[in-house]
Amino acid sequence: MEERWSTEHVLSLAPDAASQKAAGKLSAPAPWSGAGTDGTALWGECRGSGSTPYRTVIELATPAYQCSCPSRKFPCKHALGLLLLWSGTPEAVPAAEPADWAADWIEARQARAEKAAEKAAQKRAEKPAADPEAVRRRAEKRGARVAAGAAELRLRLADRVRHGLADQSTAGPWEEVAARMVDAQAPGLATKVRELDALPQERLLEEYALLHLLATAATRVDELPPELAATVRSRVGYTQDAAEVLSGPTVRDRWLVLGSRDTSDERLTTRRVWVRGAKTGRYALLLAFGRPGQAPDLALPTGRLLEAELAFHPGARPLRAVLGTRYGAPEPGPQAPPDGLTVAEAVAGYGTAVADDPWLDSWPTVLAGVVPVRTPDGWHLTDGHHTVPVRPSAVPEAALWRLTAVSTGRPLTVFGEYGHQGFAPVTAWSADQRPVGLTHN
Amino acid sequence: MTITQDPWETLHTTALLGTDRRPLPAAALPLADAVDRTDPAAALLELAALAAVRRRAGALPVPAAEPPGPPAPEDPRPELSAAAARRLAVLLAGRSGAVSGAGLANLAELLPQWLGTARDRGLRAPAALIPGLLDAARARSELRADAVALAGPLGRWLAEQNPDWRFVLRTATDRPAARPVGQDDADAENARNAHQLWHEGLFAERVTHLTLLRRSDPAAGLELLRSTWSTERAEDRLLFLDALQDGLSPADEPFLEAALGDRSKNVRATAAELLSTLPGSALAHRMSERALAAVRLSESGTHLLVTPPAECDAAMQRDGITPKSPTGRGERAWWFGEVVAAAPLSTWPRSTGLTPEQLLALRVGDSIDETSSSWADDLREAWARAAVRQHDADWARALLGPAPARPARGAGRARAPRATGAPAKLLAVLPPEERAAWTAAFIEVHGLGEAFQLLGACAAPWTPPLSTAVVTALARAASSGAYPWSHSGVLGMTERALAPETAAAVEELAAEAAPDSAWSETFGRLAGTLRFRAAMLAELDDRTGELDG
Repeated sequence: MEERWSTEHVLSLAPDAASQKAAGKLSAPAPWSGAGTDGTALWGECRGSGSTPYRTVIELATPAYQCSCPSRKFPCKHALGLLLLWSGTPEAVPAAEPADWAADWIEARQARAEKAAEKAAQKRAEKPAADPEAVRRRAEKRGARVAAGAAELRLRLADRVRHGLADQSTAGPWEEVAARMVDAQAPGLATKVRELDALPQERLLEEYALLHLLATAATRVDELPPELAATVRSRVGYTQDAAEVLSGPTVRDRWLVLGSRDTSDERLTTRRVWVRGAKTGRYALLLAFGRPGQAPDLALPTGRLLEAELAFHPGARPLRAVLGTRYGAPEPGPQAPPDGLTVAEAVAGYGTAVADDPWLDSWPTVLAGVVPVRTPDGWHLTDGHHTVPVRPSAVPEAALWRLTAVSTGRPLTVFGEYGHQGFAPVTAWSADQRPVGLTHN
Repeated sequence: MTITQDPWETLHTTALLGTDRRPLPAAALPLADAVDRTDPAAALLELAALAAVRRRAGALPVPAAEPPGPPAPEDPRPELSAAAARRLAVLLAGRSGAVSGAGLANLAELLPQWLGTARDRGLRAPAALIPGLLDAARARSELRADAVALAGPLGRWLAEQNPDWRFVLRTATDRPAARPVGQDDADAENARNAHQLWHEGLFAERVTHLTLLRRSDPAAGLELLRSTWSTERAEDRLLFLDALQDGLSPADEPFLEAALGDRSKNVRATAAELLSTLPGSALAHRMSERALAAVRLSESGTHLLVTPPAECDAAMQRDGITPKSPTGRGERAWWFGEVVAAAPLSTWPRSTGLTPEQLLALRVGDSIDETSSSWADDLREAWARAAVRQHDADWARALLGPAPARPARGAGRARAPRATGAPAKLLAVLPPEERAAWTAAFIEVHGLGEAFQLLGACAAPWTPPLSTAVVTALARAASSGAYPWSHSGVLGMTERALAPETAAAVEELAAEAAPDSAWSETFGRLAGTLRFRAAMLAELDDRTGELDG
């Protein structure tokens, strides 16, 4: 029998809390009829308030969803409900041949996917046809703009330091400077600048100084070593599309999924999935995005192993990667927590990473043998010799209690991001070696 | 020392005041010489960048302070199967939603049954789900006993650290749970804490402690209560006294007898009630004498003749009888009822040589006018109260009468059984099988209209015959054109308690009902819930799925 997803995993696909709740209502067999699975897809008819039932199909590998309901949420509550039913009540979704209507959609989807792949390949093939001279001119123009913007940012920062950070009364809000950075086609700088207004005074100098360093680097990016230049470009806001990254070198490995975190604002849901290569030991961060009401389209269950090619975005400390060719579906990972570091090793590891990329706020880190403790000045993880604070507000309080419960007060393995502000837990491995997510309530 | 050498502090002070007011400090930093000092402000930022990156890259780990507290005690119970753990996650995720949503209400209704069954199986919940479980129990106090038992030692360990879960420490787990192996160390620890808990604990913690102690060692419980009795407040005394119900025995009589002289009326009444359930107690004996003075068998042996007490004297008051009738019924009738209800039921067969059935068949009259039947109901009512209070199955059975039989065709309307008082309460005294059989017979004759409380008194899940009777009655209701919502109370209970074996019959009903009608939806949902329940209960017995996931 195929692996069924955990409830937690299914709920993580939901675009919002309301969908989770609505899907819970549909997770019992009652409203469903004709539900079935062939191991790669699920389908079923869900009786709603209308006279005709909604038809729901889910293709598990991607995953992709199709439902005849009018909901704009994606995946809709019917798709989530069917997944929950399949996960929680296996006998209600028996193995079967796809119903005709389900088979039609699955075939049509496959055809579309093939066509899209063809088109993308065609596009890549056509690309060199673009006028190299025009491309170069455009790049030069942007480079000049970014450099001008960065120079202006340097002046603004220096002005504030001249007048003293204790008295910000005469200086306007940073928002105005952020807008100038957007005009200068440096959205990365704009984001950083926008964050300055919310900083407490004791952290101002540190962040001003590092932003000054970045702006300075941006004005002379061509003189930097290529890897550092790539780091500066990506932090300033130059983007690289996935196809471009994939056309570069790739790393094939069996990637262990260490955990994921979703964050959302009013415009976008961002999913971060961290993996580590079983052979290379390399960490990689995969990003996926979804519009509001839609879950990001990357679903890699924590603890699984995925054999695939990854292409890393270039940089002094490469981490972000693009998922290339996959060799099979994610398979169950080892029945043991991943190898981890002591607290001292983790601190040293982040130090080494910062030496490569001075703007690095944190680095993926597996801590082994740590115990969560609650102290009057917040939560800590301790391995008996050293201790790291849990980064304030990095995880919901409920998740910290889950971590405490899973630990039972004994040492365990925790994956998270470690940096100068502390440790942000993502996944913990319980005594029975099962991964437990810590990034949701 | 280190602080004076740390260039960061001097840079920070200069930055706060501004380079217009302060000269650029000579920061002792590697590479500081490479910084262009033409513009002091830019130079300060550059020095600060050097210092910040140096600080981040060269940070040393912070030595661990005090060691963490003791870990949670091991829980030797086997863990839920993976499928059962997933089910619990679904049930817990459904708990916080609006109760009005039909499907969701099912899940919330099924959680208590799931918890109770998982607990009976002696299983433990996965650690990761325990915080969610405790949150659910915090919001729904009826779940607490089972949830806390299921959460086990880990739940208590967590509750000691999280103030939101303090209730765990106050929750008595209703039924005595199987004692985990290796509990002896914990017992020693408990003994040390017990004294402190009793003297300093919150009231609820103290009640819990007393209740638990009564279950394991009733004499010690009594002794503990006696040690502080005179200093307790009246309302606390009342609830502590109530806790003596567990493990009540003749050994408690002297204490209870003394409590009959308590300053508080409610304490006196509770003591009297407890004593009346001890058939050998002096109070029971006194009540028995009063009762025999109030009811005697006529010389012909055909009547029971009633002479209600003429007054409520000081001795009766001390034995818990309130002189003023709270019901508006005449005072003598009130005293009469109180006396008979508190007298041991064994009084009657002993004094008359008749069985409960024979006694109930006798006519009841006034001691002056044999034909006046005005006391019949009072006597029956009082006997019914006594049967419930004394858990006397023989009397309860006699009072309920035989299970109603379907009347022969043309025999006219079935007569309502002559059950007195609250039949549901009397039913609860009978063994579960008998309860179910009686209720099934009742429903076959009378339908579901008046069966709500009786069904509530039956143990869930219902026996297959009772389930069949309910499904048949629902089918009859559907074909008679009644609306499902007029049976919503029974239907809600049915979803929780109907035997899963009935699922096929319910599915058939769903198929037969007019499509898209309220009844087809009702039966469809019921069938779905039954399947869900059957699967959920099967998972709890399944120990093979553990390696899955």
